[in-house]
Amino acid sequence: MEMPIPNADILARKAAIVARLRAVLPADAVIDAPEETRAYECDALSAYRCAPLAVVLPRSTAQVAAALQVCHAEGVPVVPRGAGTSLAGGSMPSADSVVLGLARMNAVLETDYSNRFIRVEAGRTNLSVTGAVESDGWFYAPDPSSQLACAIAGNIAMNSGGAHCLKYGVTTNNLLGVTLVTMAGEVVEIGGPYCDAGGLDLLGVICGSEGQLGVVTEATLRILPKPEGARPVLIGFDANEVAGACVADIIRAGVLPVAIEFMDRPCIRATEDFAHAGYPDCEALLIIEVEGSAAEIDEQLGLIRQIAERHAPVEFREAQSEDEARRIWLGRKSAFGAMGQINDYMCLDGTIPVSALPQVLRRIGELSAEFGLDVANVFHAGDGNMHPLILYNANTPGDLQRCEALGAKILTLCVEVGGCLTGEHGVGIEKRDLMAVQFDAPDLEAQMRVKDVFDPGWLLNPAKVFPLAVSAGRRAG
Amino acid sequence: MRVETESQLAEAIRAADGALQIVGGGSRPVGGRSGAPLHVAISGITLYEPGALTLIAGAGTTLAEIEAAVAAEGQRLPFEPARWGALLGAAGDSTIGGVVAANVSGPRRVQAGACRDSLIGLRFVDGAGTVIKNGGRVMKNVTGYDLVKLMAGSWGTLGAMSEVAFKLLPAAPAQATVVLDIPAAQAPAALAMALGSPFDVSGAGWLPGVGAVVRIEGLAESVAYRAARLADLLAPHGARIERDGSAQIWADLAAVAPFQGRAGDIWRFSVKPSDAPAIIARLGGEVVLDWGGGLIWALLPEGTDARVLAAPYSGHATCLRGETAPAFEPEPAPVAALSRGLRARFDPRGILNPGRMG
Repeated sequence: MEMPIPNADILARKAAIVARLRAVLPADAVIDAPEETRAYECDALSAYRCAPLAVVLPRSTAQVAAALQVCHAEGVPVVPRGAGTSLAGGSMPSADSVVLGLARMNAVLETDYSNRFIRVEAGRTNLSVTGAVESDGWFYAPDPSSQLACAIAGNIAMNSGGAHCLKYGVTTNNLLGVTLVTMAGEVVEIGGPYCDAGGLDLLGVICGSEGQLGVVTEATLRILPKPEGARPVLIGFDANEVAGACVADIIRAGVLPVAIEFMDRPCIRATEDFAHAGYPDCEALLIIEVEGSAAEIDEQLGLIRQIAERHAPVEFREAQSEDEARRIWLGRKSAFGAMGQINDYMCLDGTIPVSALPQVLRRIGELSAEFGLDVANVFHAGDGNMHPLILYNANTPGDLQRCEALGAKILTLCVEVGGCLTGEHGVGIEKRDLMAVQFDAPDLEAQMRVKDVFDPGWLLNPAKVFPLAVSAGRRAG
Repeated sequence: MRVETESQLAEAIRAADGALQIVGGGSRPVGGRSGAPLHVAISGITLYEPGALTLIAGAGTTLAEIEAAVAAEGQRLPFEPARWGALLGAAGDSTIGGVVAANVSGPRRVQAGACRDSLIGLRFVDGAGTVIKNGGRVMKNVTGYDLVKLMAGSWGTLGAMSEVAFKLLPAAPAQATVVLDIPAAQAPAALAMALGSPFDVSGAGWLPGVGAVVRIEGLAESVAYRAARLADLLAPHGARIERDGSAQIWADLAAVAPFQGRAGDIWRFSVKPSDAPAIIARLGGEVVLDWGGGLIWALLPEGTDARVLAAPYSGHATCLRGETAPAFEPEPAPVAALSRGLRARFDPRGILNPGRMG
């Protein structure tokens, strides 16, 4: 992966820059020793690493503003970092950058059930937002797979999704307001515990801007009362196409499950070996979850069973207890871990119109054979967000490059059938150079204009999202 | 001028030598209006895949045409777009582009989100006449910046839309409304109880002459169950369940029927719901409430600056009809600077609906 050549002048001024940061931040909030900055050299896209110039770990919005003012004055690029779980390299540093980590800002600031919101510092982890309200019967809906570790700041930067967004939406649909610090160090309040923007919807464009418009230090999030209950079913099929057709029929029938997850045979096998969830031996498997009271769940599952039976499933397993429900989800939730046990893998994230599912799965199979790399598929079928996992061996020379070439082919395929490069992980460095597959020059120009307004010097996370050649003129200026 | 294709729209904007007023159906005459009218009549549904819950249409397609097409497949626009024509005394036929430009959402916003939350893609022409696309036709998409949200509610000041794409939802086969005979000031607390329950409320408002109303939608047995549970929960407020009249209640609320044909200024406040009782008291006029009290419609004597009356409030107020105060809430300086910067870049000549949003 190509990264810009680090600015030699900045590298030469390291001591002075660090001294200025130390002057405005507590002593333990600035890290510059190489053995310590190395901990920040990558995120979850660990194939790419580069230790930053320094790391700052502020404890307040005022400290974030102070750090940014210094970097702005010194012309130093800043790479914001939530918990460092990006699969797209969203928080990968450059050698001439300061990483601004929010891990120490994780407090709950306000919980308001009558107005259905919680306000938190943005370094707080996703799952601990729900943790703060769960005992009172509430939850925060977006649930990315990494929710135990990932931070709200990163969720906002990448507009993260999750398994349950078919019903509840993704981060942007559950975000009411932010405290944003601009690269110049100005603190801006946008939105709040009320609906919609009074003027232009700045919140809508900040969410998903991959840390390029500002650093979000606090967030007001929509929380929801927990449903009375939830129950998953597992349905096995002897062909991917049949499972795909069943998904379309369920949606057409007017049932709206909270989640429809899909796993293909390679994925079922790997997770079964790893997690022993007791999945049937079949070509394709759906996990469908519905919510409500016991009677409502019965009503919805009755409809789903009727539809599924028209497609001659090899198995229809309804959870009869909490333990069975847990076991149905166990394999799905262990899928990435299971894959990691048997191989290195690259997790793609393209989204396709659900009607293109059979065609795309077939073509991925052909490409997999052509490249000689196995691909396992696990994805959110209700919304077409695919997660093909390409298995490779990092120790075999050339394997990573082959894997990336196959990944690019699959993502191009997603765009060709009417979909997109990334459904919930973000562009980062990983898909940066594929952006031209989906967007024409004026489309990218329009997006870059937004960054011009928020960060005219292009210092915030500058070498991400846009192809380097496309952003070159702006980054240099 | 009237344009029927995207290339005509682009050409018209490129060739413009002065301000343009972008017009869809003309049913939302809100904010400053100046410049030569440019009627966007790019009409027709270009893609509808019921199995994928996806619809794409020209921006000039009427809301009526889209609603009829999706209803025929048992589906609907999730955000329950409201028509304001009768309220504002504007004769036009609402278009989907106008709905997006104003980010109009009805009562179901509390459950299904706003117009911008269902909008998954669009094409528009910026102030230089360049065609730009963003988003697409899939419901999960984080590829690049989300200009879809930025365009929704921008009232044609960043670009003129040519095409919009939506995520749809299955229409609910059944509905019921729990009605509480309480005054407006007591409604937000009761509605908060309903919205804080696990019964998946899809509407929570207050109408003069009716009272506080809470809607449940879904499969028939489920609706019956949840409506009964809600009525129990809200029993201290004298709850009764309305079935046959349910749909009419929400049609009236969405269209703000009690204010139709009435003289006076019309204001719309988006606030923290629990602040609503104090704001209603300070406003003093007639109100209709939606979104659990988070949306206050107020009918006030002509010439009232309702922002002054209502202050302090967190949120924003829009004057839909009235000449005294700016239509859109003045923004704090740092936010206003960002908005100004965006307008200057998307419309460098300042010709798209100048003065519309202040």
